[in-house]
Amino acid sequence: MSAIAFPAPDAGILARRDSILAGLSRLVAPDALITSEDERRPYETDALTAYRRMPLAVVLPSTTQEVAAVLRYCSEAGVPVVPRGAGTSLAGGAIPQEDAVVIGVSKMNRILEIDYASRIAKVQAGVTNLAVSGAVSADGFFYAPDPSSQLACSIGGNIGMNSGGAHCLKYGVTTNNVLGVTLVMLDGSVVEIGGSHLDSPGYDLLGLINGSEGQLGIVTEATVRILRQAEGARPVLFGFPTSVEAGAAVAAIIGAGIIPVAMEFMDKPAIEICEAFAHAGYPMDCGALLIIEVEGSEAEMDAQLARIVAIAREHGVGTVKESKSAMETAAIWKGRKSAFGATGRIADYICMDGTIPTGQLPYVLERMDAIVKGYGLRVANVFHAGDGNLHPLILYNCNDPVEAQKAEDAGNDILKLCVEVGGCLTGEHGVGIEKRDLMTFQFNEADLHQQQRVRAVFDPRWLMNPAKVFPLEGRIAA
Amino acid sequence: MLHTPTTEAQACAVVASIVEARVPLAIRGGGTRSGLGRPDNAVSTISSAELTGITLYEPSEMVIGAKAGTPLKLIEDTLASRGQMLPFEPMDHRALFGTEGEPTIGAIAAGNISGPRRINAGAARDSLIGIKLINGRGELVKSGGRVMKNVTGLDLVKLVSGSFGTLGFLTEVTFRVLPRPERVVTLIWEDLADEAAVALLSGALGSPFEPMAAAHLPAGIGAEQARTLLRLENFSASISYRAAELARLLKGYGRPELIEGRASDVLWREVRDAAFFAGTQEAVWRLSLAPGNGPKATGAIARSVPRARWFYDWGGGLVWLAVPTEGDAGATAIRAALKPFGGHATLVRAPDAVRTAVPVFEPLSEPLMRVTVGIKKSFDPEGVFEPGRMYAGV
Repeated sequence: MSAIAFPAPDAGILARRDSILAGLSRLVAPDALITSEDERRPYETDALTAYRRMPLAVVLPSTTQEVAAVLRYCSEAGVPVVPRGAGTSLAGGAIPQEDAVVIGVSKMNRILEIDYASRIAKVQAGVTNLAVSGAVSADGFFYAPDPSSQLACSIGGNIGMNSGGAHCLKYGVTTNNVLGVTLVMLDGSVVEIGGSHLDSPGYDLLGLINGSEGQLGIVTEATVRILRQAEGARPVLFGFPTSVEAGAAVAAIIGAGIIPVAMEFMDKPAIEICEAFAHAGYPMDCGALLIIEVEGSEAEMDAQLARIVAIAREHGVGTVKESKSAMETAAIWKGRKSAFGATGRIADYICMDGTIPTGQLPYVLERMDAIVKGYGLRVANVFHAGDGNLHPLILYNCNDPVEAQKAEDAGNDILKLCVEVGGCLTGEHGVGIEKRDLMTFQFNEADLHQQQRVRAVFDPRWLMNPAKVFPLEGRIAA
Repeated sequence: MLHTPTTEAQACAVVASIVEARVPLAIRGGGTRSGLGRPDNAVSTISSAELTGITLYEPSEMVIGAKAGTPLKLIEDTLASRGQMLPFEPMDHRALFGTEGEPTIGAIAAGNISGPRRINAGAARDSLIGIKLINGRGELVKSGGRVMKNVTGLDLVKLVSGSFGTLGFLTEVTFRVLPRPERVVTLIWEDLADEAAVALLSGALGSPFEPMAAAHLPAGIGAEQARTLLRLENFSASISYRAAELARLLKGYGRPELIEGRASDVLWREVRDAAFFAGTQEAVWRLSLAPGNGPKATGAIARSVPRARWFYDWGGGLVWLAVPTEGDAGATAIRAALKPFGGHATLVRAPDAVRTAVPVFEPLSEPLMRVTVGIKKSFDPEGVFEPGRMYAGV
């Protein structure tokens, strides 16, 4: 696939590669600078594997000071920089370019402080999402945002993309759970934004940094909220005849004043794919499946489930199946969270991430099906039903360039549909390179220019993650 | 001169003419909180009074949108009629400032105005999911939208929330909302010293029983005895269970009294609005810090600022502090005392002369100030919107 353009590499930078590498080698430990082609290869793409570019070099600093030294050097030398967490971006947010230095935070993987009295954890940016919860789970706490890639993805990357997850219906996304960051700016200055308190003075720079896709600076440390686990949690499977009934049940549950901790939707193709992989006991005789998780004491969960089941029955639910054990619970979530990986076993796919107003669900599902069929392809749908964040997986064969192009076109049509019905291009994966050229469907010129002017305050020369988020044409700087 | 546009297009034209004339422009909603920030020296004023009305309300999608001048009361009544509410319990500044009028939804967004629920449900900015704003180029700019999960482009919504009008004139805002709880109760422990009270609140907030608000009122704040408050909100059956579990968990602090209904509502409104400091001549500060450090910071302040009194919200992480208005209203001493504990202090109420001389918001580090000035310029190149409201020269 080659539909998404990259800027032409700067020949002057390529010609200066040796001197740039020499400059970098003076700033970091020898094993922190990766220059050989073989060792750079793992960094040429992220989870949007259809696109890849070999970076000029990769630097893996161990300290904030090293990040600052490298950024200052790149800024002075005019060399583009691509920040990288764990490289799990589905939107191509960490894909490099030939004239850029990748700065990865993977070596900065220490948990620095845990304070239960104030319910915060301070961690380095390379710590994985799951490791934060892992560090506090024995004491009954957890870190709430839970992207499906949580085993691998880093807190730094989560902040860059403002990641979500299945449980953000109740607990919010990354931006609602980060209290402070240490940010290295392009000129090498190190600033503390926020801290272990709420609501910092001045403009909400913390809110701006979350989801800024590595274009404003590099986050090296973060202070995050940790929460006490509920007494118990129980997912329940609800099999509906079609997605229409399932969608109506979701609206009715919320309308009844119930906010389950998670409400996940799968359509028939997704159920089949995930069940074959995880053996989670998903009902196979339904057209749409909801996984609804409730929390609390046993009695509280029983009471809340009774209400939810009653609503589901009014909407024609066929199967209701409660998890009876921790093992069943794990299998139910394993199936859902490995939906992308399981799909990858049967076909190549691209994963969309639009959000829609939930009331538009039946219409959008029908239109999506028609769009994908129109291109002669198949789609499997998994999504966060409570907040309308869709993840259609468009299946195709990546060895067939015509089909690959069709898959990308179908994806773009779906995202335009999301915007058309009042939603947005991306709910939790970020724009990256993938949705960059669609930004004009959601934003007009004044909207985009205002964003770019804010961006330029931090990086007037477009050196930070330059090929991402904003269309290559019509950019404005300071 | 007062401008009261009735449409977005008119508002754009007003702003464009102001920008051309480079006249400092104040923004006015209901006028109940105009004492927030540094005093303005505006020559012209633009009012949102004629930009009113709910533009979107979908209860099953938990979202409401309204023109910026819409009275907050209309929003809250409309939500209540469908069993919903704003998640963040916005403070009403009328008691503290002695002002009249109707607070507007636009000011809630512009000032990031939250209340006791903030500790659990997030601030106003966390629920604000979409804005339309006229920037200092006279352009109508939108950011966010009507869906709660949205990471498309830079999050200007957050940047504008809490910018107190310095980045532009909001015309429309969209918030996510939540169901109202079936039942609300407050547990009250008496006679605890600050350290013990905050330890109690920490224990409760670190329990699985989800207190939605957690405050401590030392002796003399609203009553003779010190009172430590936890508020539970849930389905009725859960409330009974959780109140009993919390009392058991915290039995070392004594037996709590349980109140609900009007008595509970009134008490939390006083906490939310810092009503204990209403009608006095004192300067009022708002300190945000790590909850565990709350009592240490107030201890240090008490040693250096005479006649200081205070209470805690957010489990100890928010300190409302009243001090004599003399001199710099305690600014130097308070900020110095706070330094070892992190966090920051905002001067909420003081005479104009004090709020002109004393930094109202915690001074920023040099690189952050540079960014702040840059952001202001990026929205408002001529510097017409509320100049100096947050920081001198911004």
